[in-house]
Amino acid sequence: MVTKLPKVPVVVVGMGWAGGIVSAELTKAGINVVGLERGKDRTTADYTMGHDELRYQHRQELMQDLSKETITYRNTVSGKALPMRHYGTFIVGDGVGGAGSHWNGQTYRFLPYDFEIRTKTIERYGIEKIPAWMEGLNDWGITYDEMEPYYDTFEKMAGISGETVELWGKRTNPYPTPPLVKTPLMKEFEKAATSLGYKPFVIPAANLSEAYTNPDGISRGACQYCAYCENFGCEYGAKGDPAVTVIPVAKQTGKLDLRTHSNVLELTKSGGKASGVIYVDMLTGEKFEQPADVVVVASYVFNNSRLLLNSGIGTPYDPKTGKGTIGKNYCYQVTAGGSQLFFEDKEFNLYGGAGALGMEIAEYMGDNFDHSEVDFIHGAGIRSTQYGDRPIAVNRVPAGTPNWGAEFKEKSIKYANSNFPVKTQGASLPHKENYLDLDPEFKDEFGYPLLRMTYEYTDNDRAMGKYMSAITRKFAEEIGADIIDTNEEQGPFNVNKDSNTHNTGGVIMGTDPEKSALNTYLQMWEAENVFVLGASAFPHNSSFNPTGTLGALSYRAAEGIQKYLKEGGLLVKA
Amino acid sequence: MSEQEKKESVLDKRSSRRTFIKNSGLTVGGVVLGGALGSLLIKDDKSTTHNTDTQNHAKTPAANPNVALMFFTPSQYQVTQAAVDRIFPEDANGPGAKELNAAIYIDHQLAGPWGSNVKDYRLGAFYKAEENQGPQTKILRKDLFLAGLDSLNTYSNKQFKVDFKELEATQQDEVLLAFSEGKVELYGKVSSSQFFNLLRTLTIEGVYADPMYGGNNEMIGWSMRKYPGSRMQYVAEIQDEKFIELEPQSLNSHMGH
Ligand SMILES: Cc1cc2nc3c(=O)[nH]c(=O)nc-3n(C[C@H](O)[C@H](O)[C@H](O)COP(=O)(O)OP(=O)(O)OC[C@H]3O[C@@H](n4cnc5c(N)ncnc54)[C@H](O)[C@@H]3O)c2cc1C
Ligand code: SF4
Repeated sequence: MVTKLPKVPVVVVGMGWAGGIVSAELTKAGINVVGLERGKDRTTADYTMGHDELRYQHRQELMQDLSKETITYRNTVSGKALPMRHYGTFIVGDGVGGAGSHWNGQTYRFLPYDFEIRTKTIERYGIEKIPAWMEGLNDWGITYDEMEPYYDTFEKMAGISGETVELWGKRTNPYPTPPLVKTPLMKEFEKAATSLGYKPFVIPAANLSEAYTNPDGISRGACQYCAYCENFGCEYGAKGDPAVTVIPVAKQTGKLDLRTHSNVLELTKSGGKASGVIYVDMLTGEKFEQPADVVVVASYVFNNSRLLLNSGIGTPYDPKTGKGTIGKNYCYQVTAGGSQLFFEDKEFNLYGGAGALGMEIAEYMGDNFDHSEVDFIHGAGIRSTQYGDRPIAVNRVPAGTPNWGAEFKEKSIKYANSNFPVKTQGASLPHKENYLDLDPEFKDEFGYPLLRMTYEYTDNDRAMGKYMSAITRKFAEEIGADIIDTNEEQGPFNVNKDSNTHNTGGVIMGTDPEKSALNTYLQMWEAENVFVLGASAFPHNSSFNPTGTLGALSYRAAEGIQKYLKEGGLLVKA
Repeated sequence: MSEQEKKESVLDKRSSRRTFIKNSGLTVGGVVLGGALGSLLIKDDKSTTHNTDTQNHAKTPAANPNVALMFFTPSQYQVTQAAVDRIFPEDANGPGAKELNAAIYIDHQLAGPWGSNVKDYRLGAFYKAEENQGPQTKILRKDLFLAGLDSLNTYSNKQFKVDFKELEATQQDEVLLAFSEGKVELYGKVSSSQFFNLLRTLTIEGVYADPMYGGNNEMIGWSMRKYPGSRMQYVAEIQDEKFIELEPQSLNSHMGH
């Protein structure tokens, strides 16, 4: 039995950054919003016993419970996908704040090049530079200059601490707060970068460098470099988190009806639109139908594709024909090519740190260097970070050391405070056989098919990793480490070992309804009252962490939804 | 005391073990010598330790009611103790996983929800996985661990005619190496490497997790690597050019917040 509830103007599925921003903006504009979140409510009070590495990082306290729902995975279209039975490569958020509660806070803009990647690549190198398997590489339909005001809004809301960097497009305003401190480790990187002729910068951070009050009137304290940041909530509220920024603002309006423990199973349809959603109360098992004028799907990359596929909204992507859009252009991120540095007589205070603390160079990002002579496009950020090395997670030893026993113990203790990485974070470009669809066999606890992920690194990724490894090696030599281990080859994707939380694609934006699911307001071409928010909208993944860009796009979507509520129809002409 | 004075006094108090090693001159360029010298050192070092900063920890099992078995039988516990101590042995840095109560930690973890895989996806059929697809066995962690302990004994008896815990350390290493390489079959044809990985993971956790979980006895796991545990902030330390050693604090220091 499904209880039908009275209709509302807007229902939002998922209360992370995307859902939180949209809820804040719409309720501030006086619009009633129902927010459905499958997990529990959260405030900073929940984080007070939070410095527990085992509970939060290794037992995934804040993450999605995989016993109820997971993804299945295979490397190639011909393989059989099997469920990710426990967490490996990425972790998925759950509860108010979503992954925005336990993220690191590295907050970037994408490059002007990213938004017009196809055009700019062809302009400079000719069409031959784009291989046939990368036919999904398209412009986003919006330029950096058009994105700029939305980035600015996101940065002011979250209080991003950073320094203005050349090589990006123009900024209307500096970051609202100054960059985080430079630690001795970061100074080593900075010195080497400068003497190699690069321009290093401090990574822009949602870990506040000083106390800050945002335009919504939310005041937060400064980061304490407590080192329990990545995978943890911030008990100081210093880390930008939807639960301490946008969601309280939406709550204060009195216009947000936040329903936690409400897991959305599918969207309902009527004509060419969605008529609402069906959700289950996870505490009682009761099912409800919530009709709405606008349905905002903001349930993270995986669930965004899955909900649409399970609801029969939009056309599923078919890798054989290249037709259809839902599930298309799934991208991950490429981190091959890093170097690990070990020192015999230097010790750093590695027990301290913050989730976004680090330095980086931009010279090898995007098209900032000439790609004529290399067999890949796009690039990577080269960076050293200091998140705070926690003792269960981080036991780095020089290559060739066994991973247990006397030698392991001796070396892991010896180098515990005497090592750091020069790593890469590289772009991931679409491959026509990297995609998301429904698994034919495995189901969630309610009997709905799980999402199936088919993904393998591409030739572009492997060539880029190799190229970057020479650069990180050069950095390591310049810094003068006693032992340098460089990872030169990108191996096959391993759902158990590879580690990155930057999934993108599946419900991508663009200008052509044949090639994209959404327009630049994140409105679905095939169902005009459905807006699908998150990094699922990215046609490709750049060399940056995604949240700055998905946050900016969420502000744009909020504008679009208001316009749509007044005028109806597609907001962009196809 | 000013913050700086506090730090200095902590530095003065640095473990007598390390001071001993330093003063004894048994290091080359800061590396503690291994082999025969190393074992000499450990003997001496032990007496030093027990008389000073950590004098109680040998007695802890009797004194600390937290040290009791929720899951293992005493004999399973003893095999576990022997195995963890080869993964993370006693050396010049300090005690091994056995003395740090890693086996108690493991017992408590396997008794809890994690031992029964409650947050893992358990629906649907189980198929043999390709290398890159992650483990797909149906066996629960707690049962895998017991099967592994049994096999350690069976295998040791086959190779050396005694139980695992009676073996010489080097023989124990040989057995564990065979397990880590998946050379032994556990019941249900589960690979011994799967058990070994679980043992290894749990040992590291037992050495370094907050002491409230039963391991990391007296936070010595942390102090060996100069890790201060969970303090509220490191604003000053993180900017300092020098390494600042702080005495570890556990999560119970956060109760007042
Ligand atoms: C450890 C970690 C570190 C990270 N570090 C960074 C970083 O430094 N910089 C950066 O840019 N990004 C980082 N990220 C990524 C960042 O967290 C995400 O990009 C961002 O939080 C995504 O926001 P979102 O709103 O799209 O999704 P989420 O935050 O995942 O929110 C989605 C919400 O939807 C809910 N939901 C899902 N399905 C349903 C359903 N069916 N019904 C109801 N509710 C549902 C979920 O419970 C969740 O609360 C990191 C991620 C992790 C895990
Ligand atoms: S490192 Fe800073 S932002 Fe991160 S949790 Fe600690 S205090 Fe908060």
